Amino acid sequence: MINSHRSNIQLDEQGRLRHFLTIDGLSRELLTEILDTAESFAGVSERTVKKVPLLRGKIITNLFFETSTRTRTTFELAAKRLSADVLSLNISASSTSKGETLLDTLRNLEAMHCDMFVVRHGDSGAAHFIAQHAAPHISVINAGDGRHAHPTQAMLDMFTIRRHKGDFTQLKVAIVGDIQHSRVARSQILALNTLGVKEVRIIGPNTLMPDHTEAMGVKIFHSLDEGIQDVDVVIMLRLQRERMSGALLPSEHEYFQLYGLTDKRLEAAKPDAIVMHPGPINRGVEMDSQVADGPRSVILQQVSYGIAVRMAVMAMAMQRQGQGDAQ
Amino acid sequence: MSHPKTISILNGHLIDPANQIDEPKDLHIADGKVLAVGSAPKDFNPEQTIDANGLIICPGLVDLSARLREPGQEHKATIASETAAAAKSGITTLCCPPDTDPIIDTPAVAEMIKHKAEQSGLCRVLPIGALTKDLDGEHLSEMVALKMAGCIVLSNALTPINNTLIERRVLEYAATFDITAFLRPEDPYLNNGGCAHEGPAAARLGLPGIPAAAETVAIARDLALAEQTGCRIHFCGLSCSTAVSKIRQSGLPVTADVAAHQLFLTEDDLVGFNSNCHVIPPLRSHSDREALRQGIADGTISAICSSHQPHEVDAKEAPFPSTAPGISGLETLLPLTLKLVDEGVLSLSDAISRITSGPADILKLPLGRLTVGADADICLFDPKQQWQLTTDEMLSNGHNTPFLDCEFTGQVTHTLLGGKMTYCRATDTNR
Repeated sequence: MINSHRSNIQLDEQGRLRHFLTIDGLSRELLTEILDTAESFAGVSERTVKKVPLLRGKIITNLFFETSTRTRTTFELAAKRLSADVLSLNISASSTSKGETLLDTLRNLEAMHCDMFVVRHGDSGAAHFIAQHAAPHISVINAGDGRHAHPTQAMLDMFTIRRHKGDFTQLKVAIVGDIQHSRVARSQILALNTLGVKEVRIIGPNTLMPDHTEAMGVKIFHSLDEGIQDVDVVIMLRLQRERMSGALLPSEHEYFQLYGLTDKRLEAAKPDAIVMHPGPINRGVEMDSQVADGPRSVILQQVSYGIAVRMAVMAMAMQRQGQGDAQ
Repeated sequence: MSHPKTISILNGHLIDPANQIDEPKDLHIADGKVLAVGSAPKDFNPEQTIDANGLIICPGLVDLSARLREPGQEHKATIASETAAAAKSGITTLCCPPDTDPIIDTPAVAEMIKHKAEQSGLCRVLPIGALTKDLDGEHLSEMVALKMAGCIVLSNALTPINNTLIERRVLEYAATFDITAFLRPEDPYLNNGGCAHEGPAAARLGLPGIPAAAETVAIARDLALAEQTGCRIHFCGLSCSTAVSKIRQSGLPVTADVAAHQLFLTEDDLVGFNSNCHVIPPLRSHSDREALRQGIADGTISAICSSHQPHEVDAKEAPFPSTAPGISGLETLLPLTLKLVDEGVLSLSDAISRITSGPADILKLPLGRLTVGADADICLFDPKQQWQLTTDEMLSNGHNTPFLDCEFTGQVTHTLLGGKMTYCRATDTNR
């Protein structure tokens, strides 16, 4: 009865990307456009001059309320390759500890004429909150909010899959590990289903599965050997030890026994199956080193592709602002 | 200004569920009490008459849970501001939970709240005392002293009593002195820092979930202890279907209430991380909402409360999990209850009983009824008047409600507390 069903705030009136907060509610066409745009940027990194002048004169602020190395660095590189000026703020160590509210932090940065915020925050919904409250010209990119979403990670994973497999529609994809606490898994599941894969499987013990994931279009397996049978892609999730509050698992040892990926276990997957991991890997927990460093691992490619995908998303979200038009 | 001592309310339709009255009847008031229902006594010559043509006359509303935020959180609301909102909403009696600052665990705090409420004179405020000192769940409060100071019932507010042995002792002691314990059923371990119903919406939004079992585990435990100790227990703010059926089947003399918003909103309303829908217990599934409505219809749940929790703007201006839970609910208690009638959940008379005699009976007080000799606590409302809830219109200091801009049918025109007019819409229109 209440008016909560606002239109998707990620899109402008023409259906173009305005913010990138979640995969939820985005069309297959738009996701494909992101992948195609990323494809066009993938070559930039291999040039001697690794820059395009697309966002010259724009200020992009990385607002990281949670620590991150890989994501923050690749966002920074992506922004720099688009010729934007980049500001990286580690907020957990500054304003909030002085009692400043998120909204005040936001207003201060707006006053510095930022054009885009790249946000990571521990609360689910933080990026939505910032997008709802930021000045209209500002674009917000979600770099991970609580357990909710990490859409650029999901898109770089889709990019990696497409590079190796081409067509999504015939693929079976298994996601293994801590789905419950994983924003990456949530975004991956949405992206895979939107792009029309044949089957998404999630594999893990009940303590790491959120309830009601069936509604998201996945098949649940508790056995790794059964779950990776004939899959084309195996995505191993990081076992987020910092989020484990005690009784979710008996030990890392038992976890590896049951869900750790080894060359032997990988034999059940398709012969050309690829192995992915959002990083950082806990070797000997999620997978052993032979797999991580083996021929099927595409983990480091994911990192490189991350730059192209983040360039694509930033460029698309800023497109509507028009070139060189200040505010 | 002086108030008329004798009033006649004429030409209205009287609904007094406790006395099974639902027909056109006049009501006559003298010296703050109901003097007569129907025809006036011979030679009665009222100082004031109210023409209630087209209006419903019902007992003033009794709200079992409304936080006034005073003392301690006056930046959110005050006794003066919230009792004004209550009067405007037809509420004549409200119970305020003990989680003020300082906590209502001493007679002094209870008396201070009552005194301030009497000063504003707009609503009868019944402070609920704490069951344990400092709401710590460890040490019994001075229950008898609190009772003597006017705490009709005691509760531990939002803090569960974790230790079952302590809960047993608390209930045994309360039973000794015939004190009703208001319990909010929640297992603290299963709650686990959640902020949304553990269901499909939370799974999708990545919000830490609170399973329905957090409530049903606590209810099972509390029911066992109610049986063991013989203490009269009232469950505050039910949210899930299993809770309703467990209470229905218990065969124990326990009572329950539900917050009005739980009868309308569900987890689906969290879409877009709407922080005004952040409430504890969380908004649950459609089937839970239907079970709560069924519980209200069959009387398993005999009271609807506002669960009023006004907040300052900043409390809701943050990412969803970091916002303060709660809805500013006083001004939607009657309209939402009337909406249940529109939606065919229960009859108008039964609906009115759930916000008048139902809660009054839980408090064991002779309120919420228009029996001759009773306090003249009266609400008059126009059942056909359409209106919209806007921040301009709200009197509560808390504007945190997901029902902003919603259209409602049925609007309070007059409120009388002990025969004294505490609200009159006609003189309020140019506000």
